[in-house]
Amino acid sequence: MLSVENINVYYGSIHAVKDVSFEVRQGETVTLIGANGAGKSTILRTVSGLLRSKTGRITFLGNDISSADAYKLAGMGLTHVPEGRRIFRHMTVRENLDMGGYIRSKEDNKRARRDVYERFPRVRERKDQIAGTLSGGEQQMLALGRALMSAPRLIMMDEPSMGLAPVLVQQIFGIIRELNEAGATILLVEQNARMALSVAHRCYVLETGRVVMASDAGDLLEDDGVKKAYLGG
Amino acid sequence: MALGYSMVYGVIKLINFAHGDIIMVGAYCTWYMMSRFGVPALFAALFSVFFCASLGVLIEKIAYKPLRKYGRLSLLVTAIGVSLFLQNVVQLIFKADPRMFTNFFKGAITIGGRQFSTATPATIIISVIIMTALTLLVKYTSMGRAMRAVSEDDETAQLMGVNVSSTISFTFAVGSGLAAIGSVFYCCSYSQIQPTMGSMLGLKAFVAAVLGGIGSIPGAMLGGLCIGVGESVTRGFVSSKMTDAVVFGVLIAVLLIKPSGILGRGSGEKV
Ligand SMILES: Nc1ncnc2c1ncn2[C@@H]1O[C@H](COP(=O)(O)OP(=O)(O)OP(=O)(O)O)[C@@H](O)[C@H]1O
Ligand SMILES: [Mg+2]
Repeated sequence: MLSVENINVYYGSIHAVKDVSFEVRQGETVTLIGANGAGKSTILRTVSGLLRSKTGRITFLGNDISSADAYKLAGMGLTHVPEGRRIFRHMTVRENLDMGGYIRSKEDNKRARRDVYERFPRVRERKDQIAGTLSGGEQQMLALGRALMSAPRLIMMDEPSMGLAPVLVQQIFGIIRELNEAGATILLVEQNARMALSVAHRCYVLETGRVVMASDAGDLLEDDGVKKAYLGG
Repeated sequence: MALGYSMVYGVIKLINFAHGDIIMVGAYCTWYMMSRFGVPALFAALFSVFFCASLGVLIEKIAYKPLRKYGRLSLLVTAIGVSLFLQNVVQLIFKADPRMFTNFFKGAITIGGRQFSTATPATIIISVIIMTALTLLVKYTSMGRAMRAVSEDDETAQLMGVNVSSTISFTFAVGSGLAAIGSVFYCCSYSQIQPTMGSMLGLKAFVAAVLGGIGSIPGAMLGGLCIGVGESVTRGFVSSKMTDAVVFGVLIAVLLIKPSGILGRGSGEKV
């Protein structure tokens, strides 16, 4: 569904992503794990068209999107829940959801909103509240709900567990699993490797901008080296 | 006039120094259509709105867009450049001397023994209509939401599928169109136009927008009203030479007391 071939991304003279390739197949949950600064967010932002790769090719559903404008991808079924949630803080919860469905019709949005409210009752309770006043967990639910509004084929999530209490982390990963079981394809970026591996089918490990390992999530959980490096022993 | 200013600022955080000069262009445009081609006032004004809206979009595309990623300071300097450019072009075409502008709100009304030009109530009524329309646009339409989204976080807005370029163009079109409407009212009450009139006007629109709380539509109206009333009162009771001093005095006072403006939200953001 998504295939990334040999991308190289620079910030000025900083070479942040080095010759990275990976793919995500229909129906999978794939995770990219790695320490701070490994280049995970940079990769997602490049796929989304917010950054450009100097080389290589990115294809989504058979279309070359390497140089597509970021705003066109939402309409193609690609959605990106950015790092730090990035909800529109001055808008109401409902307006945030409507932004998520910006490219779709009013009727579609009405239906999608109902689904989101059903999945996240907390979001419904707060629908007229200014989004900036939500708690961190509620904001993450809203960011996820907003992404679902566009009826995505592929959902990319950048550290959805960031800054959340353990109960909420459990809940978020539960939702990720549910979404995948309901048919969504998911590309998940995480520092919380243990949780990420528990929901993912396959995994790519990144170190300073390079893919150093690619394998099934289950195998990686057993791997001693990985345990030491990423799972705290 | 302050409305257009506030709107453009609200969306792209650009202090558009050229706004006053677009008002000036609007005034010349209306004047030229009427005096040269004898176009009826209403059509001249409509043409001017259309012309200014296109001009606004054009200026944005040529002067601002290529610089957008280099930060606000370069945009600010460019805006001053655009302002001078417009002044000089108009000066070249129409010469520097002031032109007379005929008030096309004919007649006057008498309230309590005093005479008022019909331009004043017309200005107020039309401003209120425009303000309401703008508020509805920004608050309840998909375009309005997109404008707010772009102003808050343009990157995330793109991820939602918003075409940031066309949203900004649209904002400039509306802002500049409003400038043209403002110019018509201005000319009807001051009856004189000249190429440099824009500078002071732009400053005043800016002051009005700051007074009311920048980015806030009712705020811009309120600010405009305060300035208008303040000017008339000063002219009536003190002296017409003092009006500008009073306007800027009020600005300083408001900024000291409530930096976010009368109706602004306290975002604590540094410009
Ligand atoms: N805007 C930027 N300008 C310059 N360098 C940047 C920029 N953004 C990221 N970098 C650098 O690129 C590298 C990769 O950053 P990236 O944000 O992709 O890491 P990450 O894996 O997402 O980290 P984290 O887990 O902390 O989110 C880092 O070394 C970082 O310093
Ligand atoms: Mg990151």
